[in-house]
Amino acid sequence: MNPALDPLAATPVAARPPARPRSNWRVVAILLTVVVGSLLFVSLQPRLYQAFCDWTGLYDIDRAERVATSSIPARPVTLEFDANSHDGGLKFSPKTTSIVARTGEIVHVVYRIENTLDRTVIGQAIPSYGPQYAGGYVKKLDCFCFKQQTFAAHEVREMPVVFLLEQRLPEEVNTVTLSYTFFEVPAGSAKASATASDGGK
Amino acid sequence: MQATSHAGYAGNHDHDSHGHPTGWKRWVTTTNHKDIGTMYLWFSFVMFLVGGAMSLIIRAELFAPGLQYVSPEFYNQMLTLHALIMVFGAIMPAFVGFANWMIPMMIGASDMAFARLNNWSFWLLPPAAILLTASLFMPGGAAGTGWTLYPPLSVQMGMGMDMAIFAVHILGMSSIMGSINIVTTILNLRTPGMTLMKMPLFCWTWLVTGFLLIASMPILAGAVTMLLTDRHFGTSFFAAAGGGDPVLFQHIFWFFGHPEVYIIALPAFGVVSHVIPAFSRKPLFGYASMVYAIAAIGLISFFVWAHHMYVTGIPLTGQLYFMYATMLIAVPTGVKVFNWVTTMWRGSLTFETPMLFALGFLVLFTIGGLTGLVLAMTAVDIQLQDTYYVVAHFHYVMVAGALFSAYAGLYFWLPKWTGHMYNEKLGKLHFWLSMIFFNIAFFPQHFLGLAGMPRRIPDYAQQFADFNVISGIGAFGFGFSQLLVLVIVFQAVKGGAKASSRPWDGAHGLEWTVPSPAPYHTFEDPPVFNQAEAHG
Repeated sequence: MNPALDPLAATPVAARPPARPRSNWRVVAILLTVVVGSLLFVSLQPRLYQAFCDWTGLYDIDRAERVATSSIPARPVTLEFDANSHDGGLKFSPKTTSIVARTGEIVHVVYRIENTLDRTVIGQAIPSYGPQYAGGYVKKLDCFCFKQQTFAAHEVREMPVVFLLEQRLPEEVNTVTLSYTFFEVPAGSAKASATASDGGK
Repeated sequence: MQATSHAGYAGNHDHDSHGHPTGWKRWVTTTNHKDIGTMYLWFSFVMFLVGGAMSLIIRAELFAPGLQYVSPEFYNQMLTLHALIMVFGAIMPAFVGFANWMIPMMIGASDMAFARLNNWSFWLLPPAAILLTASLFMPGGAAGTGWTLYPPLSVQMGMGMDMAIFAVHILGMSSIMGSINIVTTILNLRTPGMTLMKMPLFCWTWLVTGFLLIASMPILAGAVTMLLTDRHFGTSFFAAAGGGDPVLFQHIFWFFGHPEVYIIALPAFGVVSHVIPAFSRKPLFGYASMVYAIAAIGLISFFVWAHHMYVTGIPLTGQLYFMYATMLIAVPTGVKVFNWVTTMWRGSLTFETPMLFALGFLVLFTIGGLTGLVLAMTAVDIQLQDTYYVVAHFHYVMVAGALFSAYAGLYFWLPKWTGHMYNEKLGKLHFWLSMIFFNIAFFPQHFLGLAGMPRRIPDYAQQFADFNVISGIGAFGFGFSQLLVLVIVFQAVKGGAKASSRPWDGAHGLEWTVPSPAPYHTFEDPPVFNQAEAHG
């Protein structure tokens, strides 16, 4: 619209009276509805996502496992828990010593550790299994043994381990022992592997 | 950037009669859109320098293979804060600053619709910036997850992560309030006769951006709130140990994150749509198609999020849908590029600094758009995911796109803000240094990415060394060239050739009908809007 070329240049576009003024608050009310709608939408996401995944079978991370093991019925197995401290000064024990759980069931147990020393202790718990080969069927979802732990002097801490026993567990195994030994990390090498895991199994 | 001079104002209103505070109190209590716009722009420039310094730490570390200056943990914190600060602290506030300064003047309004809300929107930003930068000094340091804050890492990090989450909450509130204000201003305060389809394009881009922000910011707020409860209140939205799914976070994050890309890009398109016609001395080609393109981009941006997630194991149908939907965005974007080029066709072009930056934007943004199309292809993206090719791509659209456009706007409107012409020689020097060093810094990153160099890693294999040296030289050159902006802006604030009310002969719009510098109060009565200043 080059003013020099446009014959209407000087003519006001609107000679008509201004439109009925819209209330600012009406616009704000509409916009706030959008905000609330978005908040509602995001807060429903976990549920919608779950429903969508169930409906379509997407992201069903256990499916391969379930297909592979669906022919194996779940069965009860006795789980025993044990804890030792390699170096003196730490009291390390499971809060439950034995439970019966079904294979495929998520088990949540808590271990208790107490630093009886007057100094900070940094260390890591290393698991072992009885029988040894049962370790291959223990799937840990979360474990305090994944990381190095730091205990202040006289600190008491309760730490969880969440795992399940695979349904493929050989038939002859009816009792699995999960045993942790707590090793203190030599002062120089602490934190060198803050995220060291126990191999995930 | 300061419109402090009241001298020479010849309006009908005695604006000093109600007396406003002076000194620092003026800036804390101000509800004037020009003051707030100025503060937004200064804030964003300071954050730009902070974020830029962080990127130079990253480039210094990458100058040679091996670990030289920083630990991997600190490197991760630098790249996370660099991204968060640049996106939320520099680019977004810069365009909100432009919106504050220019939208009321473009539509003939005396101020924003909610002037006090406007003040609050701005003053929420500094606390958020302090939270982000102070998190560096917390035990465990700042968040080191990358700006995407993906769990499980973000569930495990130290309290720096909590500070980042609260900063995101505050920034989100500020953005939502700012957007409500801008949208209401645009919808309700246009001068009589300025219909939506005669509105300046910068206002159109902000109208759509405002809606994008209002709809997407609560999504991000929800995502980080769920992170927070996973971290501290024993929920398991994303923590796999309790049955959560980290991939859910990626879906929610990118449902916000992709519109966010256009929240940054659209106002940049708006600025360029003013600068190119002004220096081509022709009206913008295809105004209506520009408006539809903006709306289309805004809408489609909500339906392409999973193209950031091709390697999460989404099924083939999903990959195909997101690939085609993403490529669809190239259509309206292509319309815009075509219209800008056609606007210049047979125009009387001159190449002052704003035009140079707009042209730099056009060329480099198109390159960035093209690599975006490459990345949209699932089969290719699976190769290039998390490589430097992606880094090169988004710096071409974010830096050469948004930042160059912001500079075009800065030089274009600086005479209106300060009443003085800036130093054209220095301005051109700033452009050429930026243009050359930008390409030296980021073009080699395409090659690095294609060769397989992963992003977000402080060390790399020997064969990547040469291109990283080139990239490093470019980054330092680009970084230090930006200090020229400070010199140029200070010079223009202090003095220089007097700017007329319309310093660019090809510019049109209501903002050019008020004196330069723009008086503290403009358009207290709605101006008469005639065809000469109409867009569209």
